[in-house]
Amino acid sequence: MKISIHGARVIDPASALDRTCDIHIEHGRIVALGEAPAGFAAEQQIAAHGLVAAPGLVDLAVSLREPGYSRKGTIASETRAAAAGGVTSLCCPPQTKPVLDTPAVVELTLDRAVAANHTRVFPIGALTKGLAGEQLAELVALRDAGCVAFTNGLAPLLDNRVLGRALEYAATFDLTVVFTSQDADLAAGGLAHEGPTASFLGLTGIPETAETVALARDLLLVEQSGVRAHFSQISSARGAEMIAAAQARGLPVTADVALYQLILTDEALAGFSSLYHVQPPLRSRRDRDGLRAALQSGVIGAIASHHQPHEPDAKLAPFGATEPGISSVEILLPLALTLVEDGLLDLPTLLARLASGPAQALGLPVGRLAVGEAADLTLFDPNASTLAGERWLSRGGNSPFLGHCLPGAVRYTLQGGRISHEG
Amino acid sequence: MTLPDPAVLLAQMAADLRAHLARRGIHEPHFVGIHTGGVWVARALLAQLGQAEAPLGTLNVSFYRDDFSQHGLHPQVRPSALPFEVEGRHLVLIDDVLMSGRTVRAALNALFDYGRPASVTLVCLLDLDARELPIRADVLGATLSLAADQRVKLHGPAPLALELQTLAASH
Amino acid sequence: MTPTDAKRPLQLNDQGQLRHFLSLDGLPRELLTEILDTADSFLEVGARAVKKVPLLRGKTVCNVFFENSTRTRTTFELAAKRLSADVITLNVSTSSTSKGETLTDTLRNLEAMAADMFVVRHADSGAAHFIAEHVCPHVAVINGGDGRHAHPTQGMLDMLTIRRHKGGFENLSVAIVGDILHSRVARSNMLALKTLGCPDIRVIGPKTLLPIGVEQYGVRAYTDLAAGLKDVDVVIMLRLQRERMQGGLLPSEGEFYRLYGLSEQRLALAKPDAIVMHPGPINRGVEIESAVADGAQSVILNQVTYGIAIRMAVLSMAMSGQQAQRQLEQGDAQ
Repeated sequence: MKISIHGARVIDPASALDRTCDIHIEHGRIVALGEAPAGFAAEQQIAAHGLVAAPGLVDLAVSLREPGYSRKGTIASETRAAAAGGVTSLCCPPQTKPVLDTPAVVELTLDRAVAANHTRVFPIGALTKGLAGEQLAELVALRDAGCVAFTNGLAPLLDNRVLGRALEYAATFDLTVVFTSQDADLAAGGLAHEGPTASFLGLTGIPETAETVALARDLLLVEQSGVRAHFSQISSARGAEMIAAAQARGLPVTADVALYQLILTDEALAGFSSLYHVQPPLRSRRDRDGLRAALQSGVIGAIASHHQPHEPDAKLAPFGATEPGISSVEILLPLALTLVEDGLLDLPTLLARLASGPAQALGLPVGRLAVGEAADLTLFDPNASTLAGERWLSRGGNSPFLGHCLPGAVRYTLQGGRISHEG
Repeated sequence: MTLPDPAVLLAQMAADLRAHLARRGIHEPHFVGIHTGGVWVARALLAQLGQAEAPLGTLNVSFYRDDFSQHGLHPQVRPSALPFEVEGRHLVLIDDVLMSGRTVRAALNALFDYGRPASVTLVCLLDLDARELPIRADVLGATLSLAADQRVKLHGPAPLALELQTLAASH
Repeated sequence: MTPTDAKRPLQLNDQGQLRHFLSLDGLPRELLTEILDTADSFLEVGARAVKKVPLLRGKTVCNVFFENSTRTRTTFELAAKRLSADVITLNVSTSSTSKGETLTDTLRNLEAMAADMFVVRHADSGAAHFIAEHVCPHVAVINGGDGRHAHPTQGMLDMLTIRRHKGGFENLSVAIVGDILHSRVARSNMLALKTLGCPDIRVIGPKTLLPIGVEQYGVRAYTDLAAGLKDVDVVIMLRLQRERMQGGLLPSEGEFYRLYGLSEQRLALAKPDAIVMHPGPINRGVEIESAVADGAQSVILNQVTYGIAIRMAVLSMAMSGQQAQRQLEQGDAQ
């Protein structure tokens, strides 16, 4: 179908494009920016004056919950929610049931994603079988089935030797490993950031060193093995500093941060609301400020939602008995726009962190708005607002932002030239 | 209306009480005052009777009131203190103002949780003639009729003085 | 941007009266004093022949204990019965595999059976808040201890003990000794002492047993017992649990006793008329020497008596506050 989008402010961070012009789409690709090609007759016209056209957001961590946890979400429901948040490509982690550690599960996931047709899905496979931390999963077979990277999530590996060998194996085939660095022993039983708030509330703390001790080990093993590494969900200022130091040393590592970690701190836990129970935990103001600084400088090049939808029962219990996670992808763009509102980033930089930055981190062929690229884009009104929860597509209602008025409103999300969300 | 002088009332009440106890053949009763005004009146009465040194029981009836469901626990007064046995004794129960009778009802319930008295003689400084329960003073200082929006307040402990108050407009 | 949650205090009704009793955090000094004064009156009731008042006659109080406790449970039962309430006690063992009825369902079923008040003890910090906020907002919830977070009735009975034996809080020096990190009693005590105006509150223990940021309670932390006990008026000893020897917190009970146990010599460092308190049950020879626990300066047994009076006060005040709120809301609805 031929589509013309008229009058939007077009921002493509990857090419430093920022101007008002038309976009012309054919066969799911962008064929022109500005003047239409000769003889181009659009079948659909979208009036986009006053809107911003950005590359569709690339979210590196969206739990789809399928297969295995359908009370929490399905591939269809969560990719639909993601499209509402401005997302056109997402990575789903391997913590499904069964775990994403065989090509069959990868194929199932991709089939369902294609059938739902709301966003592109790039699965991240399990590093070890069953995520049990002992035996390597068949990484090459998983890559061939469609996995773009591998992780063991928060589950520990049996020991450092197994971890080191796993990284070397991955490096052999130029595979990317995603780390969520948290030392299982230091974090054991922990519910909240170890600090005055956790002490006051009587919640077992997860010290900063749980992240930094693991990070130190992981960075050294990455250096030794030469594996391509992405560090996901950095939660502490000190952790961000360590990433910066590694990058300065020439280590080509990338990092992302959960959007909610840039906004919330452990002070939100007063009152014991389980909506703020996440792992890794919300940390102190000093940590939030350090993460924000790292985001500004580009040490952290990507923002991810770390979307974890839950059924109501999972959150309806005393704090320590609830499951961690925030349902966040559906408001990814509006919530992220608060960072622009706060003066932390300008809009093009924010969009870089949401689209081109994540794509580059995992080497995904998306995240750009340019002639010849797939027509994956989101059109939003920066001057409107979104009432979170007014319309809610995710199965997970576990968002502390429900009822909040957020800046910006996604009007259209297009994936491959097809409208996946209209708001 | 002019309010009576408590000192004048007390003199008469002391005489009436002596006569009442004699008629009933009650010797050496124990005195119990209901916090707070009843305690003041009791002390003054004992002084009038020349028994200022006699042990005086003080009763906090807030745990026995019948309006807990509506009004909850009232701001605290001092705890009850009965420095004598109730079981089998004759008691003289003293309150300042008898209105609906519910305070006295509560006081009787409280007393009975200390033991079973032989008898209870009720002495009140004022009766406002607004009874809702069949409770009657055996010895009374004076009866007053007030308008619906009027209340009387006893000031003390010494000198005792009565004050007429008009309630604020209904909320 | 930080989302702000409603700031309405959960424990108080619109008139500032107690409707739940979850934690001493955020309760004004006047309210704590009112609890102490009310408890004084109830102490008198306990000294009579008929130890009952009819305040909660016809009301049903449910003790729901998800964590075992004989002492707290029996004093709550006794308190409710002395208020003439009907009492049900449920001991629900918490299985980590959480089979069976959820917490929410258990309590909602009891509410449906017309429970007027819950006394809850649970191993998870924040459990009482969760119940008051999400499960039964119109039924008074009394926290009988939640995880490490709070044990507000214990805090108040400790305050009543101090007030009755020392007169007031303004010029007092109080030391709390032992496993502060895991102690909900310590947290409640620190909050109560601060609110009631105690100027010198000390916590004493090894670094592994002192919570991070303990200074936020307005206390001074000591790791040396001798320094911490010097000239104090009140010593509160905390129970040391066996489990603390695992995981690197402490080497042995013996070493703990040598360094932090309250012996007669150590007690001599405090003021000569200092009182010794303990929430119980006591571990003789671990945190406290028998001679001290049974000695003239110990008020440990008195604490139990005060505990009944405090719980009677809290039960009646919370019931009263809930009823007042109900009437307010019905009045508004008309």
